[in-house]
Amino acid sequence: MTKSTRKPSRVSTPKVTPALVAAHGLKPDEYERVQALIGRAPKFTELGIFSAMWNEHCSYKSSKVHLRTLPTSAPWVIQGPGENAGVIDIGDGLACVFKMESHNHPSYIEPYQGATTGVGGILRDVFTMGARPIACLNALSFGAPSHPKTRQLVSGVVAGIGGYGNSFGVPTVGGEVRFHTRYDGNCLVNAMAVGIAAKDKIFYAAASGVGMPIVYLGSKTGRDGIHGATMASAEFDDDSDEKRPTVQVGDPFSEKLLLEACLEIMAKDCVIAIQDMGAAGLTCSAVEMGAKGDLGVTLELDDVPCRETGMSAYEMMLSESQERMLMVLKPEKEKEAEAIFRKWGLDFAIVGRTTPTKRFIVKHGGKVVADLPIKELGDEAPVYERPFVETPKQPVVRAGDVTPPMNTTDALVRLIGTPDLCSRRWVWEQYDHIILGNTVQRPGGDAAVVRVNDGPKALALTADVTPRYCEADPFEGGKQAVAEAWRNITAVGARPLAVTDNLNFGNPERPEIMGQLVGCIRGIGEACRALDFPVVSGNVSLYNETNGRAILPTPTIGGVGVLDNFMASVTLAFKAPGQTILLIGETVGWLGQSIYLRDICGREEGAPPPVDLAVERRNGDFIRTLIALGTATAVHDVSDGGLLVALAEMAIASGIGAKLERPPIAVHAYWFGEDQARYVVTVEDGEAGRILDRAREGGIPARAIGTTEGDALTMAGERPILVAQLRESSEAWLPAYIAGTRS
Amino acid sequence: MKAAVLVFPGINRERDMARTLKLVSGRAPAMVWHADTALPPGTDLVVVPGGFSYGDYLRCGAIAARAPIMDAVRAHAAKGGLVLGVCNGFQILCEAGLLPGVLMRNQNLKFICRDVHLRVERSDTPFTRGYNAGQVIRVPVAHGEGNYIADGKTIARLEGEDRVLFRYAAPDGMIDPNWNHNGAINAIAGILNDKGNVLGMMPHPENHVEASMGATDGRGLFAGLVQHLEKAA
Repeated sequence: MTKSTRKPSRVSTPKVTPALVAAHGLKPDEYERVQALIGRAPKFTELGIFSAMWNEHCSYKSSKVHLRTLPTSAPWVIQGPGENAGVIDIGDGLACVFKMESHNHPSYIEPYQGATTGVGGILRDVFTMGARPIACLNALSFGAPSHPKTRQLVSGVVAGIGGYGNSFGVPTVGGEVRFHTRYDGNCLVNAMAVGIAAKDKIFYAAASGVGMPIVYLGSKTGRDGIHGATMASAEFDDDSDEKRPTVQVGDPFSEKLLLEACLEIMAKDCVIAIQDMGAAGLTCSAVEMGAKGDLGVTLELDDVPCRETGMSAYEMMLSESQERMLMVLKPEKEKEAEAIFRKWGLDFAIVGRTTPTKRFIVKHGGKVVADLPIKELGDEAPVYERPFVETPKQPVVRAGDVTPPMNTTDALVRLIGTPDLCSRRWVWEQYDHIILGNTVQRPGGDAAVVRVNDGPKALALTADVTPRYCEADPFEGGKQAVAEAWRNITAVGARPLAVTDNLNFGNPERPEIMGQLVGCIRGIGEACRALDFPVVSGNVSLYNETNGRAILPTPTIGGVGVLDNFMASVTLAFKAPGQTILLIGETVGWLGQSIYLRDICGREEGAPPPVDLAVERRNGDFIRTLIALGTATAVHDVSDGGLLVALAEMAIASGIGAKLERPPIAVHAYWFGEDQARYVVTVEDGEAGRILDRAREGGIPARAIGTTEGDALTMAGERPILVAQLRESSEAWLPAYIAGTRS
Repeated sequence: MKAAVLVFPGINRERDMARTLKLVSGRAPAMVWHADTALPPGTDLVVVPGGFSYGDYLRCGAIAARAPIMDAVRAHAAKGGLVLGVCNGFQILCEAGLLPGVLMRNQNLKFICRDVHLRVERSDTPFTRGYNAGQVIRVPVAHGEGNYIADGKTIARLEGEDRVLFRYAAPDGMIDPNWNHNGAINAIAGILNDKGNVLGMMPHPENHVEASMGATDGRGLFAGLVQHLEKAA
């Protein structure tokens, strides 16, 4: 083991000047607050610690007051936001542990490693709590396909996500990919991990007991990722490529060993508290363990396993080297725990103790390099009520004001092959989505379904947001993201339980961006309350902008639902010819902000479809009942692209066509409008009448719109189109784009 | 069946394999740690499962092939004991010299996870007696390095001695480059050693064994092994 040298670092510590303070991302008033808090000027290492704890990424200083408004409790919530991940009760003594987190800034600078470490970080958050990860999802946003960087980012990020998850050994089962010019300078990589633990064996970060050994576990500390969290709290400019050294390098092999070793020592009851070293590494993890347990912490940096010699205290405290954990052990179990870690070939070192003083003391080379009040480091971080302006409402686009530029069939063939609607097979075939042998519904459906242990219980998992709706109306967009996740879980037959939110926005110091953040959070809160779908964990990523151009507001919602029996889940594929196709939910033909309006008519405008949460709930509950009764043979929610795209996806998934009746309203608005709270359901021919009656009794709009048959989609009054041709259009774009034969 | 599943650091399909062996044979296999030097007494089947042993950092399987337990596996094979290597396990067996040839990066240089069709070439081996010769089965693959290659003489010998047990094929059983996802020579998906007691294959039959999960084509391999070993006992 390479220990740091006891010699003072060759690099003399710089003097703390206003310029150095600014370089640490602290504003002058924030620096004054630091001085007031400790009664003196901070030393260099202390400045680094404050900068790490008080940046946006770690402190949530711009979002905190608004995040507090989100509903976070329900009878089935075991742990809400504030821990490494959220925890919900899924019955039979089992808990589901899950969270989503962004790795946007690093992925833009170094796509492969940025994405791998994003996956690694979120997996650690889950197994830190004692859960074995059973699935990963991700939500990716890239710039316009024609932007010169996009192709390389897509290739690198997808390879990175696969490279980590495949080797670690967790199936990557779902997610979403989108393209929009507003992500040209800032891609988004949101990774979600889901794990299973025994309900009474959850591990937390709060330390307890004075004089307890604090143990460092996992990989060695290097100079990588220093100030990664600070970078993630700033805008990009033209020199962002020079930030490459702040990106960490992922090692899924070490993480797999860390997983097995951690679960083994947890099973042996050795652990009092555990915290993974993520953003701001040793600093953040040690402070959180102490502060949450109302204890002080003293760290001896000379005992920290280092990858290189001569590392300074500052570097060690701010390193974001991956695959590391901090643990408070039961002293009598020290030897047993060490033996387990040695067996897995991992570093194990006692690097400190808990103390009764509530001070965070860091020693290096015999000297005290930091002595700070531990509670205040976290709790006294600045909290801002930043000024915001509400996004102006957009006018409603009336179907009569949209002239279809082409016939329905041509529009469908084109839409199904557009970057935002085409098949994602090229992406998810690079992810091992079947390892562990529990993937019931693979990627490509509404929600992934993953069996829990040997079943019959299963989880339904999804990640959703429609950023163009959020841009046009943050409140409705926030609601829609939650409703869509809830709907996707419903469409496979599962009961939606809880969400994790990953809020990606631009610079919150701009009132219009802050207005987006506030509006989306209000919308999310309203929908989560109305649907009993609480937020149990989350992450905020701000400053996603380059040279003053922000991303679309992108509050990704990761949803989790439960199925009592996985065999009762349905897929979106048509099952047999001769079945009746029902449309559940009302269609007024809402074209504003639809993909049709944007990609076929070239108009990106209008108010997005409104979300009526009472209707969402009513329609969704109806669908879930149909599935539970075994009457629904296929179900698909209607979202991006509208009804005809949903039908095409059901046809493509099965190879079976459909004969569809003439629309009751304007043809383009009916087929391509994006009205919410809708599902397509197929049922046996003889069942349709009974189900329509039932819907009528429940006040649920429902109508029979056609029959499955043949090998083509045949819309009354339109040219039929072969399912095979639709499939070809759907499958072609992404591989051709990556190969460079299409832009 | 008394199976032993080897566990190297970084292996990650050992649980899938153990569950399948238990499901099909009714008996949980022994999980054998890489640093051990002996197999449990009476072991009649050694399984080298899939994963990323040692992170695949040097060359897939190269480090695991030199792990302490591998001498015991070589001795077991030399005595005619059955050895099954799947995915990383196939790579490890090649690196350990128990099988000829090597597995290169997939032709498209990407990791590929999908269901593929395999043509079973022979049914008169302990590994394939649960199938008919010429039968087409659907099982998944999940690998970045599954592109089998060996020198011309070795390939000629493998083919001449009918030691290719599985080939990537179209759903109708025809050998077609469009259905050979990783570019393996002669569409080779799995091969036997010269004594016929060691099989290495890239696809994952252990992931397709349950009707409730919608696919059972992998089950025949394990059911066949159980039958073979029961008969031998």
